[in-house]
Amino acid sequence: MDSARRNFLKIAGLAAAGLTLKPAGNALGMGVIVPEPEGAAGFDNALSAKRWAMVVDTRKFTAQARKAAVAACNKAHNVPDIKNSKHAIKWLWEANFKNAFPEMAGPHVPPQVEREPMLVLCNHCDSPPCVRVCPTKATFKRADGIVVMDFHRCIGCRYCMAACPYGSRSFNYVDPRQHLGQTNVDFPTRTKGVVEKCNFCAERLARGQKPACVEACRNNELIFGDLADPNSSVNQALRQNFTLVRKPELGTQPQVYYII
Amino acid sequence: MYDKGKVITGIVLFVIVFTFPFWINVGKANIAPEPKINPEVAGKVCVEDKAFMKANHMQLLDEWRDSVVRDGNRTYMGGTGRYEMSLTNSCMGCHNNKAQFCDSCHNYVSLTPNCWNCHIESKENTNG
Repeated sequence: MDSARRNFLKIAGLAAAGLTLKPAGNALGMGVIVPEPEGAAGFDNALSAKRWAMVVDTRKFTAQARKAAVAACNKAHNVPDIKNSKHAIKWLWEANFKNAFPEMAGPHVPPQVEREPMLVLCNHCDSPPCVRVCPTKATFKRADGIVVMDFHRCIGCRYCMAACPYGSRSFNYVDPRQHLGQTNVDFPTRTKGVVEKCNFCAERLARGQKPACVEACRNNELIFGDLADPNSSVNQALRQNFTLVRKPELGTQPQVYYII
Repeated sequence: MYDKGKVITGIVLFVIVFTFPFWINVGKANIAPEPKINPEVAGKVCVEDKAFMKANHMQLLDEWRDSVVRDGNRTYMGGTGRYEMSLTNSCMGCHNNKAQFCDSCHNYVSLTPNCWNCHIESKENTNG
């Protein structure tokens, strides 16, 4: 009699424990099915790569080409023109050699290099610190290497701005729509309180177009291509020229290369 | 009971004031909005049927958003064909009368979706 009751209690206890398994599993994310939109796909003419990268040929750049590239980028992405430099939004902009490459700028830099500004942008690092620090995963690295932002998820904490050693990120301290001349309806604006940066024109690549800045440079000043393809234009440029990346000592592995 | 008159008057006044919103509106229910379709797109089909869209457009838009931004999938196979997953280009391409289409219901249920803080309303209204 006693032994039967003991067995009954054991089995009852096990059964009760078993009942908690499913809720516990659900809470741990097991068995949760995330619905995938049916038949979702990219556009047929999308440009794709294993690792997008850019080469900036600073030798070829003229002031006019730099202006054209920046203007094309700003127009394509509704980047506002804010005069207050503390509030300015920058995706692609001009920097002096000594600011872009502080560890390289010794006392005997050729005057041409010292004088002429160069274009700087998000380096789409292989080991991006901004992605690591983002608490909401608003910034993430795509399979093709592009470091993009999901503006919907950005809570404006600016950890990424502190983490990025290149100053490639800007925070919207003011409503950017107040500072937009013409808006490009194909790309959203941002709202006050989110961070933004260059996205290597992911939305244009999806439509089979090269980045706006690359298209604006008529003389191959900017070379864009797949680093994983040995015959790509970027790989050819990298083979034929000695190139630099910005602040390589930090280990972020930037993927924007500079021919000086 | 002391101060019977004051207490009862107070209770009656309280009940009247507290229920004021109910009895002032008796028989005056707001007319449910009927979102208007632009006449030039009448007869065209939406990505899914009307009943589904009415009930689930917000979930659909959320799925589209994540699918495009995070997975890079940009087209959607709906019940009626393949569409670009884009609020501005696909949805607002036909429903370009935000005030009569989106806002009429959203205002009725006192809802302010924050889509248009960033997404630009329609091709016509380029000033956002």
